[in-house]
Amino acid sequence: MVDLSWQVPTALASVLFIIGLLGLLARRSLVFVLMSIEIMLNAVALLFVTAGMRWGSPDGQIMFIFVINLAGAEIALGLILLLRLRTRLTTLDSDAANLLRDVQV
Amino acid sequence: MNVSGFDLVFYGAASFSMVTTAVAITRSNPVYGLLNFVLSLLGMAVVFYTLGAPFAAALEVIVYAGAIMVLFLFVVMMLKLDRTTVAREASWITSAIWIVPILLGAMLGGELVDVLLQKTGPGSAHQVISPQAVGLRLFTTDLGAVELASMLLLAGLIGAYHLGRPSSEGD
Repeated sequence: MVDLSWQVPTALASVLFIIGLLGLLARRSLVFVLMSIEIMLNAVALLFVTAGMRWGSPDGQIMFIFVINLAGAEIALGLILLLRLRTRLTTLDSDAANLLRDVQV
Repeated sequence: MNVSGFDLVFYGAASFSMVTTAVAITRSNPVYGLLNFVLSLLGMAVVFYTLGAPFAAALEVIVYAGAIMVLFLFVVMMLKLDRTTVAREASWITSAIWIVPILLGAMLGGELVDVLLQKTGPGSAHQVISPQAVGLRLFTTDLGAVELASMLLLAGLIGAYHLGRPSSEGD
């Protein structure tokens, strides 16, 4: 058990969230876009656990469980859409999927 | 501020997580990126443990690194990425594409620093929250939220099954 103020883990969560945001904005490969979303979700989960530490309450870890739950459901759907897109467009470039209609192959 | 050994473990794991996450989003090969992210999650598990959340630390290793990221890794290996894909991916990562994201990230970071520097309320409670306390709260007062979470997982399952079905068009 560390003897830190709540600001230190919150700063760590902020840094991780910003790194995830940079990856989300800068990368074009959909694998890295999904991974950046996971990084940001994980940073938010750290924020909940930090808040639980700050107030000495189990609610932070309960919200952590729900965030993991959400990440699992999100990644299952995200990966299946990634596989469908790969078979349709034969690329993982997010700019290639900019048409809201069937592609003419 | 006196620095104890546990504090050093926290700072070590925190810097390890930050470095491996930064490495993960800059790789051109997705497998290397994912493996670096798994390392970062293991560092985060140590951070959770030092913050007095041993149950969250165990879940981070078992569910996040062990199940979710391994599923991710399997799918990336199914994508059959060859050398040309990785080379094209590397050609997209130029220094110019990072300028606007870094500006936006700096704006967000500045606001967060402003929040962090405010001195409000007492310090931390500093106590280890046992898995028993978490489970007691989760399955008594928060039971409705657990049911909602199971509905979310069911929706994810049905959605993944529907989208993963081979379609009649043959694509």
